[in-house]
Amino acid sequence: MKLELRKRESISRRAAIVVPLASFGVSLLFGAILLIVSGANPLQTYAAMAGGAFGSVNGLTEVLVKSIPLILTGLGVALAFRMRFWNIGAEGQLTMGAVAAAGVALFWSQGMPAWTILPLSLLAGCIAGAVWAGVPAILKAFLNVDETLTTLMLNYVAVLYSEHLYYVAWRAPNYNSGTERIPEFAWLPRIAGRAHAGIFIGLAIAVLLWAVFRYTRWGFELKIIGANPTAARYLGISIARNIVVTLLVSGAISGLAGAGEVLGLTRRLQQGISVGYGYTAIIIAWMAQLNPLGVVLVAFLMAALAVGGDQIQMRMRLPASVGVVLQGMLLIPMLAGSIFREYSLHVSRARNQESRIENREDTDRQEDDAVDGEAAETGGANGSSRSRGTGGAAGTLRSGGTEGSAGSLRSGGTGGSA
Amino acid sequence: MTARITQPTVSPPVLQMRSITKRFPGVLANDRVDLDLYAGEVLALLGENGAGKSTLMNILAGLYRPDAGEILIQGRPAEIHAPRDAAAFGIGMVHQNFMLVPTMTVAQNIVLGIADLAFVPDLGAIETRIRELSDRYGLKVDPRAYIWQLGVGEQQRVEILKLIYRGADIVILDEPTAVLTPQEAQDLGRILAVMQAEGKSIVFITHKMAEVIAFSDRVCVLRQGRVVATKRTADTNPRELARLMVGREVLFRLDKRPAQPGDPVLTLEAVHANNDKGLPALRDVSLQARQGEILGIAGVAGNGQQELAEVVTGLRPIKRGKLLINQRDLTHCTSLEAIHAGVSHIPADRVGMGSVGDMPVADNIVMKAYRMPPLARQGVLNRRRILDFARALIDVFQIATPTPQTHVKFLSGGNIQKTILAREIDACTDLLVAVYPSRGLDVGATEAVRRRLLEQRDEGRAVLLVSEDLDELRTVADRIAVLYEGRVMGVVNAEEADVETLGLMMAGASDPVIGDAAADPGTEGGRTQ
Ligand SMILES: Nc1ncnc2c1ncn2[C@@H]1O[C@H](COP(=O)(O)OP(=O)(O)OP(=O)(O)O)[C@@H](O)[C@H]1O
Ligand SMILES: [Mg+2]
Repeated sequence: MKLELRKRESISRRAAIVVPLASFGVSLLFGAILLIVSGANPLQTYAAMAGGAFGSVNGLTEVLVKSIPLILTGLGVALAFRMRFWNIGAEGQLTMGAVAAAGVALFWSQGMPAWTILPLSLLAGCIAGAVWAGVPAILKAFLNVDETLTTLMLNYVAVLYSEHLYYVAWRAPNYNSGTERIPEFAWLPRIAGRAHAGIFIGLAIAVLLWAVFRYTRWGFELKIIGANPTAARYLGISIARNIVVTLLVSGAISGLAGAGEVLGLTRRLQQGISVGYGYTAIIIAWMAQLNPLGVVLVAFLMAALAVGGDQIQMRMRLPASVGVVLQGMLLIPMLAGSIFREYSLHVSRARNQESRIENREDTDRQEDDAVDGEAAETGGANGSSRSRGTGGAAGTLRSGGTEGSAGSLRSGGTGGSA
Repeated sequence: MTARITQPTVSPPVLQMRSITKRFPGVLANDRVDLDLYAGEVLALLGENGAGKSTLMNILAGLYRPDAGEILIQGRPAEIHAPRDAAAFGIGMVHQNFMLVPTMTVAQNIVLGIADLAFVPDLGAIETRIRELSDRYGLKVDPRAYIWQLGVGEQQRVEILKLIYRGADIVILDEPTAVLTPQEAQDLGRILAVMQAEGKSIVFITHKMAEVIAFSDRVCVLRQGRVVATKRTADTNPRELARLMVGREVLFRLDKRPAQPGDPVLTLEAVHANNDKGLPALRDVSLQARQGEILGIAGVAGNGQQELAEVVTGLRPIKRGKLLINQRDLTHCTSLEAIHAGVSHIPADRVGMGSVGDMPVADNIVMKAYRMPPLARQGVLNRRRILDFARALIDVFQIATPTPQTHVKFLSGGNIQKTILAREIDACTDLLVAVYPSRGLDVGATEAVRRRLLEQRDEGRAVLLVSEDLDELRTVADRIAVLYEGRVMGVVNAEEADVETLGLMMAGASDPVIGDAAADPGTEGGRTQ
């Protein structure tokens, strides 16, 4: 048996919906295997996860809490990825945003009117994030320095610097780690449980970016640069300028995530600021196909997965590591599945039997290998059926008329030739 | 209806396509197409842009699967699901956009993707075999050369060699001559003759009637996805073929009034520039194009035409010399400044540079106009206006697309070209730089483009027309400058230019009688590769 990927002939709307759903199904199956191996009942575990995330007000607000930084960093990453700038530095941008916001809130409170501190802290977070993304952008735009390396390395710089601050330089006298608590007038208001107003900022930016991509010159130019840089140059679109501007905005959004964590959640700079949201953001941006509204949705689901994953430790008394491994296990098929948006999977058997499986994973459709030479017609305007008696008989089964070939299932023998 | 004729040979067709139907979203690309191919014949496939020629051949090559119909090879049904299946049946195709790996050698490219290749291939033996084949078929290439070192003509020979090496008996060539110089096209004709003599069957897609008549035994004409006629080439003529393609009488007539040149729009003064490899591509080029005049640029491909177009449009830095547009010094301008100065550019590379395949036709059409009102105000696009604007141009330029939202990569080759033409001609206010503008267009669309170039001229713009087609240059241009190794060999008036003199100049002879001062004889040295 041979597996083969074939590029789709045309864009398939159906694939865009079916593929993620099917991938999710496979994810659950994979996870179930892992759970069975570790001696847990998969159904109960999944129920516990769902219950943990959505089953209580507390669970829901915790999902919101985790969604906020994921939405913001996801948007920052998606913006950069739109023009094929591989910004994997959201983690560092978030951390620097947190540092700057905490710095302003802690140390500027004296000389300034109290009401200015919150906006100034948020602004400081934006600026710090922007600087952290701007440096690699400038290096890329003018010296063509590879951005994956620079953004990644700056993550370490940011994280280590923040540790230096809360362990040493800014440490509150009676703490091992962590600064003083920031003054109350600089807090981001909470809306429910620990969930704070950062969620509104995230949603607003998502809608704004969506509109920017669709309705502005800038969004139009980003799309051209991302799709064909040579054409962009020919059309008079400055790639260098766009890289810098876009990355400043991208970094600012991620910086805002960090500011939100400090001002809305922890209320001091402390350990636990940098827990990998900026890396998860990369996955979120991809899974959302760089669509800002998609980012909101995917970030919310990822947050639920994380909260639910934490819950199973307690409820199912599984080791903590199983929760983490499960989260990873659920992601892999989702990511791998994205390839089926552009490619369809074909299974061919020995003796030229071949079956074509589109829009779904191999596991759930094996029965379509019509080896018995039967032909069936399954609706569709131009769905045709034929059976042909050459070389070991094969049947043709097609479905889906109007979308053309996109949704067709077929198995046919390659008769004749040796 | 189908006028099928029987081949005088007794042997049955090697290939039969029976009632092939292929539908794409919004278009019926092939509608119950029947096609026979006999051993040792050259079949020309003719049809307007978007008629379904490439689709039909891609089905044969295993890239698309038909919705209905069947393919018989040597009389037996053949299921072709993938290019590999096609190769197993001896079918090979050269696509219009070559699929070679630039950083690999000719030999490596030829064996790349062969399924049963040894883990460590014996490159020596492979090279010997390639040399043998290239001698036999007159396909001159050096197996050790890297692809990036080769011109288009040579790359195409590599593609053909690749097919022969793999033992293809049915060779499909999709618009092979569109990118070739007339000389190279002649060579290709000879190569086809050798292949034919060896019993190979060839399907040949072209828009050039002269090639149909010269190279083919039979012609199959497609219109809107259907076969409208299949004829012996000897029994037909270009006029009839054109009528069959378009469905009505085609007038090959161009009204060209005498030019009324005004002030200079484009002035190049002793310009020097390098090519992508850093070698001199333009040397001491001085030219002028005035309002209301078409300046043709003739020359064998690779003699600096491409670089000239890029210099004028701000895409390539000028090393020495001066570029003036409307008397303004734009020597070191960016492409945006050139655009703002009223320069439009139809580039030679329509897929790589001229269009964005993953964006809609409508977006591609407004990629010059989107900056200005009414399409955008304060940086905000007016999507409704954009759509109206695009619809109007789709109409005027007769771009065949299911909807304005269809992505450009799903259009036929000629319709991608029309999309670029629409955008650039519409945006032009002062100077139109047109590089091979009629490449890949059918007869009707070619005439339309030439008419538009003249229209631009008559409206007072300057046109720089780069072409390898001397007939096109002589009918459309007012003056013709000949480039050879980056130098202007001379500028002649189009009426006085005869093919012979132009040909000599293109080969490097500067004509003392009509050549002008810009050509600098006596400095012949240093041919660069
Ligand atoms: N992958 C695809 N998806 C959707 N539509 C397609 C696709 N390929 C081709 N088409 C459509 O099918 C029709 C036929 O296209 P095809 O490329 O076969 O034309 P053609 O005869 O080769 O034209 P040209 O002379 O311009 O190359 C066109 O309307 C085109 O838009
Ligand atoms: Mg074509």
